[in-house]
Amino acid sequence: MKVYFDNAATTKVDSRVFEAMKPYFSDIYGNASSLHGFGLSAKQALEEAREVIARKINARHNEIIFTSGATEADNLAIRGVAYKNNHLGNHIITTKIEHPAVLESCRFLETQGFKITYLSVDREGFVNLEELKRSLGEKTILVSIIFANNEIGIIQPIKEIGKIIKNWNEKHNSKIIFHSDAVQAFTKIDINVNDLNLDLLSISSHKIYGPKGIGALYVKEGTKIEKIAHGGHHEYNLRPGTENVTSAVGFAKALELFNPKNYEAVKSLRAYLIKEVLKNIPDSYLNGPLAENVLPNIANFIFKGAEGEAIMLLLDKEGIAVSTGSACASHSLEPSYVLLALGVPKEEAHGSIRVSLGLENKKEEVDYTVKVFKKVIKRLRDINPLR
Amino acid sequence: MYTNKVLEHFYDPHNYGRMKNPDGVGEVGNPSCGDVLRLYIKVKNDKIIDIKFETLGCAAAIAVSSMTTDMVMGKTLNEALKIKKKDIADELGGLPEIKMHCSNLAEEALKLAIEDYQKKVKDKK
Repeated sequence: MKVYFDNAATTKVDSRVFEAMKPYFSDIYGNASSLHGFGLSAKQALEEAREVIARKINARHNEIIFTSGATEADNLAIRGVAYKNNHLGNHIITTKIEHPAVLESCRFLETQGFKITYLSVDREGFVNLEELKRSLGEKTILVSIIFANNEIGIIQPIKEIGKIIKNWNEKHNSKIIFHSDAVQAFTKIDINVNDLNLDLLSISSHKIYGPKGIGALYVKEGTKIEKIAHGGHHEYNLRPGTENVTSAVGFAKALELFNPKNYEAVKSLRAYLIKEVLKNIPDSYLNGPLAENVLPNIANFIFKGAEGEAIMLLLDKEGIAVSTGSACASHSLEPSYVLLALGVPKEEAHGSIRVSLGLENKKEEVDYTVKVFKKVIKRLRDINPLR
Repeated sequence: MYTNKVLEHFYDPHNYGRMKNPDGVGEVGNPSCGDVLRLYIKVKNDKIIDIKFETLGCAAAIAVSSMTTDMVMGKTLNEALKIKKKDIADELGGLPEIKMHCSNLAEEALKLAIEDYQKKVKDKK
């Protein structure tokens, strides 16, 4: 049995998305910025896609900037705010459990004279709101907090954080900008940018059954950011480059197809998976919340006494795809910084496996995987010198 | 990322397990690094007549352990001490740069196992 349990890494393109994209390869292929008929029909499709995306998050048409993906959107958000607003201050607040696109952008800004506060999280992964309140200051220009974490699935209290920032801004007559990387959260939970007081939001297509290579940054009207690439005046003069109409169409189709209701079954399957794994494999535990404030599809486990890359490869041999937070599988020799931020002991962090379910996964696949997990973990534990 | 030889040894490791009454034991690494390698040797007439390994670690760590036991079995102590991490990696068809430290662990563990044996022999005298 081939089982794909790595949907947080990427998802397949839904066949309806693929169909929607087809005309825009070789039939309607003009450059969307050209003023002749070929270009105008491409432009129309682009703007229709933009409208669909805007409506999904309750934004305006002109607040959606297409990018090559969420990594670029995160870079544009963070460096864009930093460069445009450095006359107002040089302090940025983010968290210890952001995606590398946010963390590395912040680290880069540190070399350019910006001060970054990396908020701690508790044992479950919730951002410390008191620390946030204490960190806000007159030199703060940006707060960036990941909506739902890609490794453990925890959903942050974005609404409450939005309120904290709004109150601060009102009290101090300041304009601290609020950004969230919503890549994993998008379409699995409803996002209304107005309700949440968000100024910037990053989203991605290939995590939601759309094509790779496209994402978007929501930029609230009135929010000033500097562009980080230079060239033409596309995307409201914020992101140059010939528009990827084909992928934009695919992206819009994907998010039209799926919403939180589609994930109800996945949520139950996740609960079942967790129950079965913890029941059948001793000395294992779940990272992050069990049922509330967590994405319906991500389950991150620690298996004591077995190493993550070895577990992952043995599962792969049986046709099952998962990912690991083990150091051995990363490009550094450190285990997942997200798990370490939660307070997971280093030796246990090496034994982590993330299972991320998709809309097509079935109970039989979970049953098969639990059986394989049991076999594989026992085998690795049997050759562990410290057992 | 891994050669077929590495995967072979990983999926089907040779000489794994705990040895009863080993003549020498060498252990390196620590769980916070994610790698622990333990080698057991049995020595007769200066030759390593049996060797077993136990490993907590990734595919490279397990493959390296397994290959090391193959390379060492039947060798004299001096021949065994000549085996370097590069030799183990080469026998496996090469290791990714970032995994070379695993072969270092095996070389270390072997040295410690032989030292342990030699110390025990000396203490008996």
